Formats: sequence, structure tokens, C-alpha cells
Amino acid sequence: MTEFAEIWSYLSETPLLWLAATLGAYVMGDTLSRASGRKPYVNPVLIAVVILAAILWASDTPYATYFEGAQFVHFMLGPATVALAAPLYANLSHVRRAALPLIAALLAGSVTAILSALGIAWALGVRGETLLSLAPKSATAPVALGISEQIGGSPTLTAVLVILTGIIGAIVVTPMMNLMRIRDWRARGFAVGVAAHGIGTARAFQVNETAGAFAGIGMGLNAILTAILAPLVAGWLSAL
Amino acid sequence: MILHLTLLLTFQLAGEITARALSLPVPGPVIGLAALVLAFLASPRLARAMQPAANGLLAHLSLLFVPAGVGVVGHLGLLGAQGGQLLLALIGSTVLAIAVGAGVFMAVLRLTGDEE
Repeated sequence: MTEFAEIWSYLSETPLLWLAATLGAYVMGDTLSRASGRKPYVNPVLIAVVILAAILWASDTPYATYFEGAQFVHFMLGPATVALAAPLYANLSHVRRAALPLIAALLAGSVTAILSALGIAWALGVRGETLLSLAPKSATAPVALGISEQIGGSPTLTAVLVILTGIIGAIVVTPMMNLMRIRDWRARGFAVGVAAHGIGTARAFQVNETAGAFAGIGMGLNAILTAILAPLVAGWLSAL
Repeated sequence: MILHLTLLLTFQLAGEITARALSLPVPGPVIGLAALVLAFLASPRLARAMQPAANGLLAHLSLLFVPAGVGVVGHLGLLGAQGGQLLLALIGSTVLAIAVGAGVFMAVLRLTGDEE
């Protein structure tokens, strides 16, 4: 029988192990999320990340080794971003009918998300690469990572911040909108899509179909707007 | 399916080339996204054909950010030192962005008299 150490040395040299582990951890996270009735705080990505981080730590595996396997999953973020064109196109008729409120809410929500995150973190003493990594956190992950890299942030830190933003948005949106007495499903969905991307959009779809469609539009449009605004704000920050 | 995946990759590639050639600050895939929406507007048939492949890929969108998320292992020290500040910034700005976004949406709806 082959020693475990020998098998391990084979496994640690191929992408197979960490690719399989990534999918396996996600399936576990997704199963737990479904079992909870899709509670916003039982997030499949967060669970998968915790499981994988614990395995890496326990097996003393560097992130670079893990990423050699996981890069195949990571690579699909690019085509998935392009694929966001499909839901955006499918909902264009809604966009045309409520064009003015959409554009105004998009600009206001997007600017608020970027500036308030930077402002609060700055006031609390966060600086440099960490601060820049916060700027694109309301954009959908594939876009946010690209922006973070471009403006001198840390894409892996941005990934964590994006996921947390989505979870926060999904948890707070319904109680907040009820408190503000906003009953229009278009406004409720669109605001959470702009502020909390795909995770907020998934939440909106659970609550109401129209809210979900508008959240999807908000996510798609804010991906584009954040890609334009974040580099401007970052340039302005570094000039300070 | 393969044809549609090829098209997605081609739009991404065209976006990356455009972003680099014109040194735009926008990530290549976002340019690909915008170009694909324009292509759909020009050809609704293309949009119908691409819908299943695009939705299939987007159904598991959250899986795709797991590898980057695991990068948290490289930031545990930072999160230990500044995690509280970052969390406050995330909560504060997400609450503000939702409130401002929904509030502005409603205000403009009232102004344009399109309230439901």
C-alpha cells in the first residue's frame, strides 16, 4: 500500500484536489443554505470560504497552491460578467418605463455606497491598499475584483468585502424598507441591487418577482457605473 | 452551448483588447457586457439564443467568487487589526446606499407622477 504522504505529494501537485475541494465546499454551503430556507445570513459562499480556509490552515497549504486548482473556477468570472448582459437585456422594457427614477437612484446609490464606505473607513483610521479595496464593494464580485486590481487595492480582500456587503444588504433591506414605509417593489428591489449586487438580488427575488427583476437591473447598471466611478474616486484620493 | 460560451469569451476578449488599447479604467468584461447588450438590441434572435447559456452560468454565479474569497487567509492579520472598522464601514455604507437609492427612486417617481 502506498504511504499517505506519497499520495499527498501527488495530490498537492495537481489542480484536481483544490478544484474538487472548491466545488465540494460550495455544494455543502449551498445545501446548508437550502436547508435553512435560504436565510440571508446562511450564505453558501461564506460557508464555503470558511470550510476551505480551515482546510488550508489545517493542511498548511499556501493560498498560491490552492489557487492553482481553484483558478479554473475563478476564470469563469469574466464570461459570467459578460453574461450579465442577458438579464439586463431581458429587463430593458422595465428600464425604459422607469428610466428617470432608475438613473437618479443609480447615481445616488452608487455614489453613496462608494463615498460613505471610504468616508467611514477613513474616519476610523483605515488607509492605503485596504481603503482602496473598499471602493468597489457594492459592485458584483467579478467586476469589483477587476476594479480593485486596477485602482491598487487587493482583489482578494475586495472579494471578502463584496461578499460581506451582499450579506449585510440582504439582511437589512426588508426591515429597512418597511421602516421607511417604501412599498414600491421597483424602488425596494433596485436599491438593494445597486447596494448589494447578486446576493441582494437573490434576496429580492425571494421576496417579490418585480423586486428581483429591478434588483438585477440595479446590479448590472451599478457594475458599469462603479467601474467608471471607483477609478475616479481612487485617483482623487491619491491626489489628496 | 459551446457556440454561446465561445461568444461570451469572444465578447470578453474584445472588451479586454478595447480596455487595453484605449487604456480605459473600466474592466474588460464590463465593456464586453455593454457590447453584448448592444448586440442583443441589434439582434433579438441572438438574445433569445444566448439566454439559456447565460442563465446557466449566472445560476451559479456565487460559486465563482469562492476562490477569491478564500484569499481571506492572506488577510487574517489585517482583519484582526482592522476588521471592526471595515465591518462598520460596510454596514454603514450599505444601509446608507439602500436608503438613499430607494428614497431617490421614490422622490423622482413622485416628481414624474408615475407612482403606483
